Amino acid sequence: MAIEVRGVSKHFVRNQREVVAIEDLSLTIERGEFVALVGPSGCGKSTLLNMIAGILDCTGGTIVHDGQQVKGVNRQVGYMTQAESLLPWRTAEQNVWLPLEIRGAPRAQRADRAAALLEMVNLKGFGGHFPNELSGGMRKRVALAQVLAYEPETLLMDEPFGALDAQLKMVMQEELLKIWERTRKTVVFVTHDLAEAIALADRVVVFTGRPGRIKLIEQIDLPRPRDVFRVRFHPRFQDIYERLWQSLEAEIRLGESL
Amino acid sequence: MSFSAAEGADSGGLRGSRAVVEEELRTARRRRFLKAIQIGVGVAFLLFWQLASGPLIDPFFASSPLEVAAKLVTWVERGILLRNLGITLYAMLAGFVIGSLMGFVVGFLFGRYESLSAIFDPYITAFYSLPKIALAPLFIMWFGIGIESKIAMSAIIVFFLVFLNTYSGVRDVSAVHINAARIMGASELQLLRIVIAPSAAAWVLAGLKVSVPYALIGAVVGEFMSANRGIGFLIAEASAQFDTGGVFAGLMVLAVVGIILSEIIKRIERRILRWRL
Repeated sequence: MAIEVRGVSKHFVRNQREVVAIEDLSLTIERGEFVALVGPSGCGKSTLLNMIAGILDCTGGTIVHDGQQVKGVNRQVGYMTQAESLLPWRTAEQNVWLPLEIRGAPRAQRADRAAALLEMVNLKGFGGHFPNELSGGMRKRVALAQVLAYEPETLLMDEPFGALDAQLKMVMQEELLKIWERTRKTVVFVTHDLAEAIALADRVVVFTGRPGRIKLIEQIDLPRPRDVFRVRFHPRFQDIYERLWQSLEAEIRLGESL
Repeated sequence: MSFSAAEGADSGGLRGSRAVVEEELRTARRRRFLKAIQIGVGVAFLLFWQLASGPLIDPFFASSPLEVAAKLVTWVERGILLRNLGITLYAMLAGFVIGSLMGFVVGFLFGRYESLSAIFDPYITAFYSLPKIALAPLFIMWFGIGIESKIAMSAIIVFFLVFLNTYSGVRDVSAVHINAARIMGASELQLLRIVIAPSAAAWVLAGLKVSVPYALIGAVVGEFMSANRGIGFLIAEASAQFDTGGVFAGLMVLAVVGIILSEIIKRIERRILRWRL
């Protein structure tokens, strides 16, 4: 298995009060699996991602990634967030090879790899452009290429396409699925968009409101390879959506009434 | 494939259509027109100055463009201009380099280490609010009337401008960028080179840009106070002899130096901040 979350909890201190973000959470993610985490805002799904990435420490429990307990920044994962994290003073290709540069890869190797990755995300010929010369969707592609640059076993994605419009979002989802089918990385994908979660994932994990626990895990048995544009009209999709929404709706309403 | 092609269309696909060409011609024409007015204003001013000097204004106080030009020519012929300009530029550049290096280092440390700025903040503010010109007499006492006191004057003024800008620049670095680099495994040193320095560059350059005229001011003020060389000295000397033409000639030289220096900085800025467009 790729990731094992064992009895993890996370407490924060905010405004001199202790907040329990996650309580005794356990989850096993297999190698090459695509798992989506959904839940009401503040349920700790991003916190869990941060803990797998090693940016946050667990208050209790342990996380094992690829057979090693996560302690400090986990360099074996690629992390992509909703925020625009490309460095604006670097061109697309310089951004893509940044992780390789940090690892001290030779210049020629970086350039080759960046070119190959940019081609993979359909941005061939845009390597010399600065981020502000690219559209929002193109910037996301560059960020995706960057995350893939050092071939991490696991991709952590925190609402990566959250800021895109509905159409572009689907285009990016399709692109991500294609890359995933080719590379078979383990993907942990946080989203608040239930349709996105079902269209992409092998398993969808529904979180409860704070403190975050796992409420439901749903195996998505839609056939692969999936067409993200059409899978929504699959009768199975409707069933799954219905069931997951019922589970999620209760949590969201509960959160609203607080 | 088709998506990237569609997204890229506006960056070159439509070039050359008739409307685009016409639009470009129109902006070019407009630019030429404005340039012509710009030059016209300068010429009109000089003409007015020349013609009014005498009939309208007392030439003793106003001098005239021709007189100023004649003065400049004699300065050049006798080598006075080159020698004194060299002195002033040297003082200014040395002050600029020393002041901006110190400002950069201190600004960087203060921006990066919260506790440093917490300790020194009131002292820096007190020192900053001091009119730097008032330090000139002190510097003359310390460094003599030679070039050293002018360098010190120039350096202290530049220091504060660069320091404050660097400090703000380092504080302004986006946490998102820092975190992203950290997750990629960047060390503190790599963080500095890859994220902090380039991010703060825009601020530092802005500080350097405003510093250029101030470095000149520092050097010239030092020369006013006490000196026997430099453009500031030439102006002071001309003024003491009621030589208005000489005063204007000196001012003219300073103005030209200022324009050239800011143009140089502007070019450098454009190169380094190419990504901002």
